[in-house]
Amino acid sequence: MSTISEIPKEEYIKTCTAACAGCSSSLCLRYVLKAAGPDTVLVIPACCTSVIQGVYPNTSFNVPVYNIAFAAAAACASGMSKAFRSAGKKTNVIAYAGDGGTVDIGIQSLSGAFERGTDFLYICYDNEAYGNTGMQRSGATPLGAVTTTTPGGKGEFKKDLDRIVAAHNPPYMATACSAYPLDLYKKVKKALSIEGPKFIHILAPCPPGWRYESDRTIEMGKLAVKTGSWVLWEREYGKLTVSGPSKAAMKNPLPLEEYLKGQGRFKRVTPEIINELQQAVIKNLERVRKEEEGIC
Amino acid sequence: MRERLALSRPKTGACGLTGSWRVFRPVVDREKCNQCGICEIHCPDGVIDEELNIDLDFCKGCGVCANVCPKKAITMVREER
Ligand SMILES: Cc1ncc(C[n+]2csc(CCOP(=O)(O)OP(=O)(O)O)c2C)c(N)n1
Ligand code: SF4
Ligand code: SF4
Ligand code: SF4
Ligand SMILES: [Mg+2]
Repeated sequence: MSTISEIPKEEYIKTCTAACAGCSSSLCLRYVLKAAGPDTVLVIPACCTSVIQGVYPNTSFNVPVYNIAFAAAAACASGMSKAFRSAGKKTNVIAYAGDGGTVDIGIQSLSGAFERGTDFLYICYDNEAYGNTGMQRSGATPLGAVTTTTPGGKGEFKKDLDRIVAAHNPPYMATACSAYPLDLYKKVKKALSIEGPKFIHILAPCPPGWRYESDRTIEMGKLAVKTGSWVLWEREYGKLTVSGPSKAAMKNPLPLEEYLKGQGRFKRVTPEIINELQQAVIKNLERVRKEEEGIC
Repeated sequence: MRERLALSRPKTGACGLTGSWRVFRPVVDREKCNQCGICEIHCPDGVIDEELNIDLDFCKGCGVCANVCPKKAITMVREER
């Protein structure tokens, strides 16, 4: 586990972005950039992270950013990485995209870049909806969650993005959560030390979207992990390891309700839906456990 | 030469003084604080420095620092304006 003293003091985001108070995705980006350092280019498709930068001709981001169309982050990053490598440059190319831009509209360009073996890091920060356009449902919205387009609660399960990415057999992929910034820092460092396409999926609680008070943003991420709703792991060259913060939840997860009850978006879920969600958590924990033990 | 690309440049305050958004202000009780740095690590906007001074020009008053402080050394106090 990384310790606090390892983390560079440098900040690559100038005070302050226009993100909502308590935005956990902004916290994640602080640590992504601390791990990546100054020789980094961000590729950002349409999402909250493209609108929080500032108003032209100013930006709060102190690394170069290429803002690109909603569907095209991985395609843009792919060409950019190729150009840097042909020029003999090691510059980190990081696509930082929302869940909508990843699991829905950006998935074909993501798949293409991973199939081509592009040397870059793709990060999906997952606030489980289309945040900047007013919280419409995405493929990453969980079952039962209220969004502006699912006023009665979403009727389908969250798309299993990680298994889609895993099908491309990348050399490194991991999950992370904004509530564990040191774990995220360490994973970004490791990802960038490996050549080829790398993927990190970060759960990023969003106060206005999930309907909880902004001060509880870290608590919310911790509850996602402690209930096993979100499992922290990394898979290096096919070998899966469960990360420290998730070890306890693998054995003794808190009841899922502990996580759901503090969020306005789950206010109206029925006991049946809670049960379905709980069963899905148990099934997923079992799958992760088996993979870690090498059973499947 | 005329710039052909719309290039933004890094600037402090690119989104204005976000401190004006604040409804509650974090106040640190230095007697209770053990300088663990947990508040600084988790501030989404990175407005707490190494000496644990909070930049009130930009602090949005989210309350995350107060919530994560293990010593309960930060109180959120309503702004009067
Ligand atoms: C082709 C296209 N369709 C729709 C939009 C409008 N749009 C911009 S961002 C966005 C949602 C982004 O959601 P997500 O990727 O989850 O990022 P978040 O805003 O949650 O950070 C939408 C629908 C667009 N810019 N381009
Ligand atoms: S809507 Fe959510 S993800 Fe977007 S800036 Fe606000 S808190 Fe962050
Ligand atoms: S978290 Fe609390 S105890 Fe720790 S440095 Fe901050 S104010 Fe002090
Ligand atoms: S209230 Fe929020 S923005 Fe202000 S110092 Fe605390 S964590 Fe940072
Ligand atoms: Mg989103």
